[in-house]
Amino acid sequence: MHKLFFHGETLHLLPSGGLYWPARNTLAVSDLHLGKSERLARRGGTLLPPYETQATLEKLDRDLEATGATTVICLGDSFDDLAAADGIEEASRLWLIRLMAGRNWTWITGNHDPGPIEIGGSHRADLKLTPFTFRHIAEPQERAEISGHYHPKASLAGRSRPCFLADAQRLILPAYGTYTGGLRAHDATLTALMARDALAILTGPRVLAIPMPR
Amino acid sequence: MTPLPAALSDWFAAKGWTLHPHQQDMLARSDDPATLLIAPTGGGKTLAGFLPTLAELGESPPPGLHTLYVSPLKALTADIRRNLRTPIEGAGLQIRVEDRTGDTSYTQRRRQRADPPHILLTTPESLALLLSYEDAPRIFAGLQRVIIDEIHALAESKRGDQLTLQIARLQSLNPNLRRIGLSATVENPPALARFLSPSTTILQADPGPDPDISMLETEAPPPWSGGGGRYAIPAILNEVTRHKTTLIFHNTRAQCEIFFHDLWLQNIEDLPIGIHHGSLSREQRERVEKAMTDGALRAIVCTGSLDLGIDWGDVDLVIQVGAPKNVKRLVQRIGRANHRYNAPSKALLVPANRFEVVECQAALDAVRAHTLDGEPRGPGPKDVLCQHILATACAGPFDADQLYAEVTTAGPYALLTKQEFEACLDFVATGGYALKAYDRWQRLKQTNGKWHLRDPRAAALIRQNLGTIIDTDLLKVRLRNQGAPLGEVEEDFAASLTPGDTFLIGGQVVRYESLREMTVEVSRSPGRDPKVAVFSGTKFSTSTLLTDRILQIFQQESWPDLPAHTAWWLAKQREVSRLPDPRSLLLESFPHDGREHLCVYGFAGRNAQQTLGLLVTKQMEYQGLAPLGFVATDYATLIWGLDPVTDPAPLFDLATLRDGLETWLSGNAVMKRTFRNTAIISGLIERTHQGRRKTGRQATFSSDILYDTLRRYDPDHLLLRITREEALRGLIDFSRIEQRLARVGPNIDLIRLDRVTPLAAPLFFEPGRVPVEGAGRDRLAAAQAQALMEAAGLA
Repeated sequence: MHKLFFHGETLHLLPSGGLYWPARNTLAVSDLHLGKSERLARRGGTLLPPYETQATLEKLDRDLEATGATTVICLGDSFDDLAAADGIEEASRLWLIRLMAGRNWTWITGNHDPGPIEIGGSHRADLKLTPFTFRHIAEPQERAEISGHYHPKASLAGRSRPCFLADAQRLILPAYGTYTGGLRAHDATLTALMARDALAILTGPRVLAIPMPR
Repeated sequence: MTPLPAALSDWFAAKGWTLHPHQQDMLARSDDPATLLIAPTGGGKTLAGFLPTLAELGESPPPGLHTLYVSPLKALTADIRRNLRTPIEGAGLQIRVEDRTGDTSYTQRRRQRADPPHILLTTPESLALLLSYEDAPRIFAGLQRVIIDEIHALAESKRGDQLTLQIARLQSLNPNLRRIGLSATVENPPALARFLSPSTTILQADPGPDPDISMLETEAPPPWSGGGGRYAIPAILNEVTRHKTTLIFHNTRAQCEIFFHDLWLQNIEDLPIGIHHGSLSREQRERVEKAMTDGALRAIVCTGSLDLGIDWGDVDLVIQVGAPKNVKRLVQRIGRANHRYNAPSKALLVPANRFEVVECQAALDAVRAHTLDGEPRGPGPKDVLCQHILATACAGPFDADQLYAEVTTAGPYALLTKQEFEACLDFVATGGYALKAYDRWQRLKQTNGKWHLRDPRAAALIRQNLGTIIDTDLLKVRLRNQGAPLGEVEEDFAASLTPGDTFLIGGQVVRYESLREMTVEVSRSPGRDPKVAVFSGTKFSTSTLLTDRILQIFQQESWPDLPAHTAWWLAKQREVSRLPDPRSLLLESFPHDGREHLCVYGFAGRNAQQTLGLLVTKQMEYQGLAPLGFVATDYATLIWGLDPVTDPAPLFDLATLRDGLETWLSGNAVMKRTFRNTAIISGLIERTHQGRRKTGRQATFSSDILYDTLRRYDPDHLLLRITREEALRGLIDFSRIEQRLARVGPNIDLIRLDRVTPLAAPLFFEPGRVPVEGAGRDRLAAAQAQALMEAAGLA
């Protein structure tokens, strides 16, 4: 776990790629891409192992148990498409409902799931929770913003891992979902977005912060 | 037997040609269901294969496909087409011969499907595609014969396994189909015969005289490490001037490039010398091939892309640079020199470094003693079968029982059980997951007892993924502002470049400018030394036969057959430490550059030494020795870490290693790479095709994730079982470790030294270092992160 001081608040960057905000007892996760294998199978493509929803929910369950968070914000692309949200397997749907029960749960819309999902919780384009703004895709002029979308990753000691990116004004979360790839932190899209003194905080057994690779 | 058409016999007579005895035999046996011809290069092997076809077709045959010729190389099909046309046109026969490969134009391919030629020349991949079309039964309706050229090469890879399944398919379409296999000298002809067909006649041509082969003597001794043979260039140039045409073989494309560049710099006499390897653009390769056919070149620097029988006239010398790794391949390469039957081939071996001097000597001894190496290949791989089932479904609905019966007529799949077949079918149809989740997990459906694609539109995508060759992702290299592609480099190599880096391609130094739309843009950088090494290449394991012979050479009192520099080096090693021997396992432990090192002289071949590295570092991890990584060669594994090994016996206990194999197999990089190949061949994931690659890199994810997910939720899944089988017999090569450890028994000898030894030193320059993920790396990563933050003034 890595402690990040961001606009006067202490944030915990978890080894799983989740973000915990103790002061508000809030857990934020991004880009779960639930139902990805189902979407590919439905579209007549390859038949990927149908276990990624289960694997992602297990991880989320563990983080919720460990933190005891009562508020959850999913920062978009929670489902691989809207039909994947509707078509979620019964066992997974019940599991998700159990996780949501008694928690204040917000689904922020992403480019993969651009509409409300029939699964409870509140659905929003973005969420203001002073001092932060939570949304899916970072906006260049925004301040104190927490977002996802880019699936950043970076390498340390020869190993590439999903990572958080943080500068004075924005924090970008890594993809939390099991079937997700990554965009290298030194990609022009990300270096243009982040300030020169940005940090990359790598997930994994040990959360490690390094200057963001450029 | 049908006699040759009179016009053809007359033409042969007019040319003064008479048939060799084995060519006569082929004609005499033309009614046999399957014939395997084993003949040396230059023996008119290919013509022998086509004689029964030419006899049956006669002077003006009716239209329709009569003979299918399959070769492992596109270039070979073009070459054979030219060679066949000479007698056909000379004798005025009305026979159409065409080739069909990945390079054939779309229009030409369409026309061939509508109106096939009498003789079609193709590759296994193009055949797979042809058979997957719905009109395959019509295309192959009158097929009488299939000829498989260089069958010894195909039989060593999955391409050959795939081909046997395709031939089984063709045989179902045409029950009277007859098969001919053409092979170079092999160590086990009956095994190759079974690969071709259950009932094969073997014909052995006269092997011809022994080759004239020796080690090239040079003024400068070879360097301590590395490949390429740059030191030998003056001596090699001298040989080139003394011969008509020389083929200079290298084991990797990278070495081929570096050597060609250096050779060019020293080529003061301006001898015309070309370069040829698989990463060059087609235009470049064709230019060299044409120059060679025209007799305009004195030498070609090349790789295995010239291994197989392209007949390029007057080659009178073959030079092998770098240890041959395998005696059989060496013998076949030597055969490339002197295409005149019954004249000895001339060849020179050029060791690239000191260790290879010993290996070359061992190879020379083996060639003179007529011993060939070869490892049996085991049953047909199931990922290839999965692909075959998928391709069969593309062609039309099929009956599972009939397909099973057909598949088991293919040599490599003769022992496949019904249960194994059904597991493959289930995987293709539904993914074969333990969790039967949705009706959407259906690629194939069963209607009226027959299996077919759920969505016929899927066929197009499936066809794009046919074939068993897995390329690493390659990027085209182009000159900036000019269209001409220079060749290709591996994506990993491209990723390691920064603008301004210079590297070699097609024998010229280029400067890396940028990466645009999956193309590496470069500019010319004349007269400068390349800064970055060239892209990596294929690595073979040195055969057991050769490593055994090397260990024997080590046991000699002195080495009068070896050059003085190498004899001195071995004596030096004997003085400061010891030379490895067949009866014990020698380990050396020493500190170097702030790390502890352990050198394991296993002599088990590169793949097995790599596995040993993975297994032993795992044990070291348990013992808290914090290993950081290792590198393996054909002879040894060098492991480095934070703490020294003092008690080696538990690390090399065979039972422990075997027990550890299961758990260990799970997480390692070799397994993941094997899984990726298996997943591509079996159709679970798509190949990344150039040009249709997804733009957002975050949209694709690594096959490692699928591997980890399956291991966790579906550990008995078919693809994991296939991966394990594949890895154990291929990249893992555990059996060779078992053999070696069984032979040494308790004789594991650790020598502690205060510095690097003569024999270990070259290992420090080996590429292909494998990192070990563990406590050591965590310690190091934390220290590195700390240092980076401190350097940035943030800690």
